[in-house]
Amino acid sequence: MLIKKPGDIRYSEVTPKAVYFDRRKFLAALPAAFLAGRELLSPSARAGAAGKFPTLAKSPFSTTEKENSLTDVAHYNNFYEFGTAKDEPFQLARNFKTYPWTVSVEGEVAKPRKFSIDEILKLAPLEERIYRHRCVEAWSIVVPWAGYSLSALLAQVQPTPKARFVAFQSYYNPSEMPAAQHAGIEFPYVEGLRLDEAMHPLALLCVGMYGDALPPQDGAPVRMILPWKYGFKSIKSIVKIRLVEKMPPNTWNTMQPMEYGFYSNVNPNVDHPRWTQSSERRLGELRRRPTLMFNGYADQVASLYTGMDLKKNF
Amino acid sequence: MPRRRWAKLVVFPLCLSPACWLAWRAWNSNLTPNPIEYITHFTGDWTIRMIVATLAVTPLRRILHLPGLIRFRRMIGLFAFFYGCLHFATWFGLDKFFDMHEILGDFVKRRFIIAGLVAFLGMLPLAITSTAGWVRRMGGRRWQALHRLIYLSAASAVVHYYWLVKSDIRLPALYGSLVGLLLLYRLVWWLWNRRAAPAVP
Ligand code: HEM
Repeated sequence: MLIKKPGDIRYSEVTPKAVYFDRRKFLAALPAAFLAGRELLSPSARAGAAGKFPTLAKSPFSTTEKENSLTDVAHYNNFYEFGTAKDEPFQLARNFKTYPWTVSVEGEVAKPRKFSIDEILKLAPLEERIYRHRCVEAWSIVVPWAGYSLSALLAQVQPTPKARFVAFQSYYNPSEMPAAQHAGIEFPYVEGLRLDEAMHPLALLCVGMYGDALPPQDGAPVRMILPWKYGFKSIKSIVKIRLVEKMPPNTWNTMQPMEYGFYSNVNPNVDHPRWTQSSERRLGELRRRPTLMFNGYADQVASLYTGMDLKKNF
Repeated sequence: MPRRRWAKLVVFPLCLSPACWLAWRAWNSNLTPNPIEYITHFTGDWTIRMIVATLAVTPLRRILHLPGLIRFRRMIGLFAFFYGCLHFATWFGLDKFFDMHEILGDFVKRRFIIAGLVAFLGMLPLAITSTAGWVRRMGGRRWQALHRLIYLSAASAVVHYYWLVKSDIRLPALYGSLVGLLLLYRLVWWLWNRRAAPAVP
């Protein structure tokens, strides 16, 4: 029935550029694209489909809340390297080359080294983690990510006692990312965590979603997922992880320090000048729902911040 | 003249077509993964476009020597108000779901909301007094003075847009330049005519 096994179809091929722009070819290719697209894009098909990661270990961290559809998650992105409108990244990242790929892990570590994406995929057993994901713009999604705790990667390089923070850096290449020059923020995008935050088991080094590899617009091939923090902390398309002594800069904080803090933990009690943070809109729902402290992960992460004034350290 | 009526029969559907497009997309459940945000942005975009179009009528009729363009000004202005109402209603009803606590909170807390409100409320008296009866009742001069409120609305709309974007300021800058240019044209015109005819009280 299927023309291709969905596992053979890379995400970027679901609607190739030529098909997208050439109407005639588009019509000719319609049946195949339709079948392939439906298979990949419909969440109900996911369970039975053999994606890139057909067998993922279940995780106790997963929520039982209803997942958003892959269609929504893959067509509504903040990825400023590929445009500032939500519907730009899935079009402009179509040809983003994410293989081969290396991530350099360096700084205050005993064994600095570069990891190829193939090595990263094999470093630890991949788990499916169904997390809530809350954007600072007051929308949220529930996504089945694939990956493992960042701590597994950090264990490989052995942080020295001097390491107190972790600095992340995204890939940046202006010729591949022409839209970036209009974004109004500086690139490469950088983010940071305290070491204990980075070592927390919830902090996910993410290589996939919906049982398949990450689509380019969602931060392929490897990104962070920090479900208790606003989405912009979950840096995409990572090329460098550096362990450091001092608190590293994070892009949005350097742009607007009054609006975006270093910690940026989801906190309904700390308002943002543009968006209310006390409620959020789950994509697919009409009414707003209340936002939970630490995005509902307080039981797991609140102890990281005992004694801290979270209104000051927002 | 029948030609006049034809022209209006073209401009009216043209101004209405964005609303129809939105309704069509809504009917097909094709409003992006975040429909309320999409409707808010779409109606906001068309409000500011219609405001700019309204402001462009007077300069264009002078520059192009097409005085007849004036007959579209009221219609386009009312369309600006129409899209403004949709925009405001979307925020009030769909986004905030009539939650008065949230709404009043936003009025005092969020500067981009305050600027939007100034822009919107500035258009309200203009829409009310847009009829020929009101021009007669108020007298042309006073009516015209009142309708200069559109300058305030246009400027506040640009500020509203500038304050709400996160970092990519291209579009607010574009609308800001357009509004700036159209207001500058009026200033120059006014200064020029004052010099040319100093006797007019
Ligand atoms: C004449 C008056 C107004 C104009 C011309 C206007 C115009 C705009 C424009 C151009 C946008 C951005 C659209 C985009 O990003 O594509 C926008 C967004 C928005 N406007 Fe308005 N607006 C007006 C009044 C108001 C009022 C009165 C309110 C509420 C009280 C309001 C609330 C909003 C909200 C909530 C957004 C979205 C902000 C976001 O996405 O973060 N606007 N408006």
